Amino acid sequence: MTETDNTVLNVKNLNVWYGDFHAVKGISLEYQRNTISAIIGPSGCGKSTYLRCLNRIHEETPGARAEGEILFQGENILSKMVDPVRVRRSIGMVFQKPNPFPGMSIYDNVVVGLKLQGIKKKNILMEHAEKCLQKAALWEEVKDKLNRPGMSLSGGQQQRLCIARSLAVSPPILLMDEPTSALDPIATAKIEELMSELKKEVTVIIVTHNMQQAARIADNTSFFVLGDLIEHGLSEEIFTNPKNKKTEDYISGKFG
Amino acid sequence: MREWHLKYRKLKNIVFHMALVFAACAVIIPLFMVIQYVMIKGFNSLNWDFFTQIPKPVGEVGGGMKHAIIGTFIIVGLAGSFAIPLGIICGAYLSEYGRGKIAALLRLSTDVLTGIPSIVIGIFAYLLVVVPLKQFSTLAGALALSIIILPVVIRSTEEILKLVPRHIREAGLALGLPRWKMIFFIVIKGSRSGLITGVILAISRAAGETAPLLFTSFGNMYYSTSLTNPIASLPVQIYTYAISPFDDWQRQAWAGALVLIILVLGLNLISRLIMNRQQLGFGRRK
Ligand SMILES: Nc1ncnc2c1ncn2[C@@H]1O[C@H](COP(=O)(O)OP(=O)(O)O)[C@@H](O)[C@H]1O
Ligand SMILES: [Mg+2]
Repeated sequence: MTETDNTVLNVKNLNVWYGDFHAVKGISLEYQRNTISAIIGPSGCGKSTYLRCLNRIHEETPGARAEGEILFQGENILSKMVDPVRVRRSIGMVFQKPNPFPGMSIYDNVVVGLKLQGIKKKNILMEHAEKCLQKAALWEEVKDKLNRPGMSLSGGQQQRLCIARSLAVSPPILLMDEPTSALDPIATAKIEELMSELKKEVTVIIVTHNMQQAARIADNTSFFVLGDLIEHGLSEEIFTNPKNKKTEDYISGKFG
Repeated sequence: MREWHLKYRKLKNIVFHMALVFAACAVIIPLFMVIQYVMIKGFNSLNWDFFTQIPKPVGEVGGGMKHAIIGTFIIVGLAGSFAIPLGIICGAYLSEYGRGKIAALLRLSTDVLTGIPSIVIGIFAYLLVVVPLKQFSTLAGALALSIIILPVVIRSTEEILKLVPRHIREAGLALGLPRWKMIFFIVIKGSRSGLITGVILAISRAAGETAPLLFTSFGNMYYSTSLTNPIASLPVQIYTYAISPFDDWQRQAWAGALVLIILVLGLNLISRLIMNRQQLGFGRRK
């Protein structure tokens, strides 16, 4: 009972096609409040495709078509009746490649979402920017150069800036698509560190190529192969005692 | 055998290199000769009066082109204020939504518009504004120039916005921004230095146009800022003076040509500076 009360996102029988290519095959998963859930699997198995449906950013891909249900706050957000803009306000996304907005300062990158929602008061914005940069573990590094371009930061800093930018609009859910795959180990460690803090406030669903990363940070892990959900469960279980042979082979490095 | 081959290749290299240098000189030398000639001729006739006086009555020596300099600024400014917003909106439409029939039509019209001789555009503005108002006017001139500026702005905007990677747009949408806000405040704003460059180049081209102004804004020997009356402009004033029989006017035509060249080169220089300064942009490699 408590389990269902805590469910923030409930994916039911999600199917995705690119033209006739069936990329995600009938996946059902539930996500609990304030947890980190990882999605692992060999490259091309539909992890990004799946994740991108969760905030309907998949609609930006020409030819992509999703069917099924994604229940969020009692509503199927995949329904055409629901405005994707409203969905994305609640379900943010951090991308694989760090992508600060060009021509914008560090400060503007963080507050742009709020500004464009109509919040104009300088002191509120500033306060919020500081808070979000702190949550993204970037504040100390940038507090003296908030007016420098976001693009002037290092890759790892840029990615943390993107995390701060997503947090600034206070989404209850944050999707991350291999957020550290373009970063060096030190930058990766920084981001992993901040994630455990992050889950106090948001529910995180993270795609990762890196199984150690999933084992380190995720409460739950789902394993995909060729668009199918092979196994889902607590990370400890999946990584120490997988039930499925394929999962075992994958985590022991036999394929993928 | 090998040695011979190597020598042959070296020779080919030298010949080819020289051909390139020659081609470059063929372009640069005439350009410099023109500029140098205008500099010498114009500089001698340039004085303070040129910028502060309007023409003296025919036959009297002296006077200047203050009215034409200001006139050019008014016509070009007005043309820009029509064409730049419209051009950026159309360019953004092509870049962000650019599929489908309307986009194809817009692209075709833009290309056609670019190819139309400027004098024909002048005739068009004549029919559209001068004939109904029964009067040459600033407005007619500005319309003609705005039609010249418009396609250049549309095309440069489209090209520049297309440089913005898709994931930047997705990141904007993922913040819960409506598409139009994402386009205006992230894609367009983020590309502003590139857009400004395109706009400046379009404006600087229009500023030197004579033909479309001849029967739209016409010309005026007096200072006027009225939108519905004929107005002087540098190119038309230069043209009028250059074909006149008076030495003094011909001298002033050279001075006008110099000012016009400096104006246009200055605008080009500014756009270069903006381009070079653009470190905020994307596509920066690490
Ligand atoms: N835009 C697209 N059009 C067609 N097929 C695509 C497109 N994007 C991804 N795919 C295909 O869908 C499958 C899943 O891709 P993706 O979700 O990116 O995998 P992952 O993120 O797990 O590496 C792959 O076989 C890929 O080739
Ligand atoms: Mg992927």
